[in-house]
Amino acid sequence: MPTANPETTRGEASYTPFHPRWYRPHVSVYWWLGEWHYLKFILRELSSVFVAVFVIETLFMLNALRDGPEAYAHFQQCMRNPLLIVLNVVSFFFVVFHTITWFNLAPSAMPVRVGGKRLPDVLVAAPSYVAWVVVSGFVCWVVLR
Amino acid sequence: MADKIILEIARYSPEQDQEPHFESFEVPVYKEWVVLDALNHIKDTVDGTLTYRWSCRMGICGSCGMMVNGEPKLTCATFLSSYAKNGNKIRVEPLRYFPIVRDLVTELSDFLVKLKKVKPWLIHEDQPPLSQGEFLQTPEQVDRYKQFSMCINCTLCYAACPVVGLDPVFVGPAAIALAQRYNMDSRDQGAPERTAILAHPDGVWGCTFVGECTRVCPKHVDPAGAIQQYKIAAVLHWLTSFVKPRGQDTKNAHSESGND
Repeated sequence: MPTANPETTRGEASYTPFHPRWYRPHVSVYWWLGEWHYLKFILRELSSVFVAVFVIETLFMLNALRDGPEAYAHFQQCMRNPLLIVLNVVSFFFVVFHTITWFNLAPSAMPVRVGGKRLPDVLVAAPSYVAWVVVSGFVCWVVLR
Repeated sequence: MADKIILEIARYSPEQDQEPHFESFEVPVYKEWVVLDALNHIKDTVDGTLTYRWSCRMGICGSCGMMVNGEPKLTCATFLSSYAKNGNKIRVEPLRYFPIVRDLVTELSDFLVKLKKVKPWLIHEDQPPLSQGEFLQTPEQVDRYKQFSMCINCTLCYAACPVVGLDPVFVGPAAIALAQRYNMDSRDQGAPERTAILAHPDGVWGCTFVGECTRVCPKHVDPAGAIQQYKIAAVLHWLTSFVKPRGQDTKNAHSESGND
């Protein structure tokens, strides 16, 4: 059994009758642009940046609330900046994408067994979606009432 | 008269070529013909030097994996007719990310070494005498690992995984899924021995959960699921090692990684 040698599998090996000169294609830096599945993965990973944007904004908002009405009014004024509005719209779509993709992956990572049988993936993912709708509805009720 | 389809096949001769090039062959399309039938037709009647691996023709041996129009496929299970409307061309290449030996034949030694490293066999330290009879399992115990045991080592998942291409030391989807197959087997006690390979940056922590390995798997093994499940088991094992008496963690590790 040959040993795993990254140097011989990665690079150019010299040709001998008993050791053919393998060709190993170079992986492009843009490997993720060629196929939708790879692009979707990169967008899913990138979406975590926009989740962080929302988290930071929320922390700033809580800080402004703690400092009083004037600070909160100033925070609201800052958030009316067109660049921040565009950023928030983009962030919103990325956060929705992030949520849906991870909810759909959860059953694969955490299979649930009931009575010795694995539950169908849709039944494992469904409670996450239900909780998402219920919590979002509650937040909307609090904000808009 | 049968319809025709053009196969663009990657050719590489290590004695003559610096890199692969494509050659086109026109083959008839019969509704029962798969890509492998077309390759056999070319080898038998057009160009006997065409080199590729195949054996069983029924999705069991895992030898005939190739890139078909950029997708990792078992060519014995990929019908020509499903591509006939798609520009009437099929591009056949060797599996991605593997070194190419000749034409469509890839070098698999690296995968086989990684597979052996995860010890994909039953390990039983306190082997009972044969007189005690066979190891019995309930249907539930079999069901826990059966999906992962369907792997045929076709390596399509390696050709689908960008981490394999970018990080050649990554153990890879099939080897980890097979390790998890034995970790989850109630007859096995080898999980602690596999931990050094699996709970490692080159093991499960190399995986970024692209999920392509599961999508292309012809046997529905779900290697991505196996890897994520092992990640959770490894974290739980690490956390519980703080509260367990010394020496208990390795003894019981196999039960946390999926055993009953």
